[in-house]
Amino acid sequence: MTASILGKDLTGLEHMTPEQIRLILDTAEPFKEVSERPIKKVPALRGKTIVNLFFEASTRTRVSFEFAEKRLSADTVNVASTGSSVSKGETLVDTARNLEAMRIDMVVIRHPSSGAAEFLGHRIDSNVINAGDGKHEHPTQALLDLLTIRDKHGKIEGLKVCLVGDVLHSRVARSNLWGLTKLGAEVAVCGPSTLMPRGINELGVTVFGRVEEAIDWGADVLNVLRLQLERMEKGFIPSLREYYRVFGVTPERLERSPKPVTIMHPGPMNRGVEIDSRVADGPHSVILNQVTNGVAVRMAVLYLLAGGRAELADAAKRGTE
Amino acid sequence: MSDAAPPPRPLLLQGGRVIDPSREIDAAGDVLIQDGRIAAVGRGLSGPDGTTVRNVSGKVVAPGLVDLHVHLREPGNEDEETVASGARAAAAGGFTAICAMPNTDPVTDNQAAVGFVVRQSGRAGLTRVHPIGAISIGQKGERLAEFGEMVSAGAVAVSDDGKPVVSSHLMRTALEYARTFGIPVADHCEEPTLAAGGVMHEGLVSTRLGLKGIPSAAEEIMVARDVLLAELTGGHVHLCHMSTRGSVAIIREAKERGIQVTAEVTPHHLTLTDHACEEYDTHAKMNPPLRESADVAALRGALKDGVLDCIASDHAPHAYDEKEAAFDDAPFGIVGLETAFAVAHTELVCGGVFTLPELIRRMSTAPARVFHLPGGGGTLAPGAVADVVVLDPTAKWTVDPGVFHSKSHNTPFTGRPLTGRAILTIVAGTIVHEL
Repeated sequence: MTASILGKDLTGLEHMTPEQIRLILDTAEPFKEVSERPIKKVPALRGKTIVNLFFEASTRTRVSFEFAEKRLSADTVNVASTGSSVSKGETLVDTARNLEAMRIDMVVIRHPSSGAAEFLGHRIDSNVINAGDGKHEHPTQALLDLLTIRDKHGKIEGLKVCLVGDVLHSRVARSNLWGLTKLGAEVAVCGPSTLMPRGINELGVTVFGRVEEAIDWGADVLNVLRLQLERMEKGFIPSLREYYRVFGVTPERLERSPKPVTIMHPGPMNRGVEIDSRVADGPHSVILNQVTNGVAVRMAVLYLLAGGRAELADAAKRGTE
Repeated sequence: MSDAAPPPRPLLLQGGRVIDPSREIDAAGDVLIQDGRIAAVGRGLSGPDGTTVRNVSGKVVAPGLVDLHVHLREPGNEDEETVASGARAAAAGGFTAICAMPNTDPVTDNQAAVGFVVRQSGRAGLTRVHPIGAISIGQKGERLAEFGEMVSAGAVAVSDDGKPVVSSHLMRTALEYARTFGIPVADHCEEPTLAAGGVMHEGLVSTRLGLKGIPSAAEEIMVARDVLLAELTGGHVHLCHMSTRGSVAIIREAKERGIQVTAEVTPHHLTLTDHACEEYDTHAKMNPPLRESADVAALRGALKDGVLDCIASDHAPHAYDEKEAAFDDAPFGIVGLETAFAVAHTELVCGGVFTLPELIRRMSTAPARVFHLPGGGGTLAPGAVADVVVLDPTAKWTVDPGVFHSKSHNTPFTGRPLTGRAILTIVAGTIVHEL
């Protein structure tokens, strides 16, 4: 296995350096253009075998990874497991061993258990990329969020970014928190206290109870988190109706801000719950830019983990590496 | 220990440091064991003809260690542990008596099942294994098990450990009914709706790892309830594996009020914090979970001043592949019989928190009294059954689960250098372990 500048695996942003994160963002830049071509394919990962191992339902992330892999000319296989009578852990160990026995190069894993990507990474020689593990991290989502913020504002350092909603259950929030703070943004979280994890204030973020407070704080960006509908059933919030009324990101609330506030959402959106349609579809929404950037960021991650050199990414596109 | 076995030869342990917390003894001397009992303790002793003489200078002679809380997995999961393998591991750890929790498969909730454990213990002929009967039939938390018959068959306490007694009414009746037989009711304190789905302590580390936490209050609510029910009933409640500073405060206050409450703490809760869960190490997954350093400090202080009565290992064997899983999916629990003394000795005695006599009190004399163990234990008083351990307090060793006598190897202490271990374990005058 080629040693990459990112290490063997990408399991989360918590333990990455700001330089590594910037490197991924910078490497994504030249890859953006590949998706704009009529023939969206470069030979950078020709001959590499990648397994997309999804133990949880996913459309956006799985498709985004698959496009990234295919546009780099890798051979890809999708494995979807919705669990079975055997425990997930046992399945994971055995799956890992079987995959390794087939001599693959990379695994992209999504799993409902926090730490599953790290667990797999410690047990196989192939590169492991975390596509979301439980409530832990979703690093490529945060990377594409960072890229999108940088595109929009020209920088990340010094910006005020607030993550709004169900922080407790959100791996997107945790990865964003690490990535944003490492790159010098001011980070806040905002949502009902029932959906705030213990000790979050000790992680260098400001905690707000109301969206209004985040806007008055001077937020440049609101990254609105998805509210899983089961949170209501489990008693974290009384109703979706009230959630929208009290915590929804609406045009009325955004009007408090003297400046335009960039609106992001990792998807899939619950329109009329955590985000008002007029905001999601409004002029300051970059939600679809996030999706576009997702492919480029994932191409960059795959390329770098495979041992590709950042300064050659542009050349790699032309197949002259 | 079998009735048919010939009486062992007299044994003279010569020239050791004799520590007997039951009589406040800590002095150089000899211990003479004859006919399975302590014959004499003093200086310059000699035995009758045929006495085996062991020079134990530089070593410590103490009453055998007692563990009120182990899981032996027989019947049901004999691949993980049996009564015999657990007794063997206990002997190696310096224990002369251990108490087996009833969460076996099937549950040890009747006199036949209790008698089975007693018979398996007798067959093994090693460390004594005292059964604990279930509080409720099938540990379902509904109907009381037959305490009277289980006690007649050898049960020393009742517990639904592994599960809390959710119904306060059931806990009340258990405490009342147990009074009749003079046994404690041992409770696993966990408020189930607060703890549901939790896999580690709720705090900053669980937030970072994205793992569902179990708040300290989940334990403390049940500790407070049990204390109040002990007060209401006059029964004896024994609180298993205490883990939080809040629990300590409640127990301290209850003891000051004269409520009949005893409590235990594990070596791992005295020495590790939730940081051990970082890297998703499933060998740091146990219930109750490892807490914070302030909790560890409070537990140590409470053990020293007797608010917590004793150390218990909560030895919980699991097959290697069960812990080889994502953190959420791995079972709770670690083995402890073969590391309990050394971990406690290294951290508490070598660490300057406890004296060796204080530690031996908390691992022998005190637990034997808490469960009123038959045959006594926890003392070197002349006439007492000769359950004795010889400890080498200077022995340095490194934890290697590969050489454990336990069938399971799930420990968070792998590779840890420790100081102190049992070199000779004697049950009723018979050597059951020798290093």
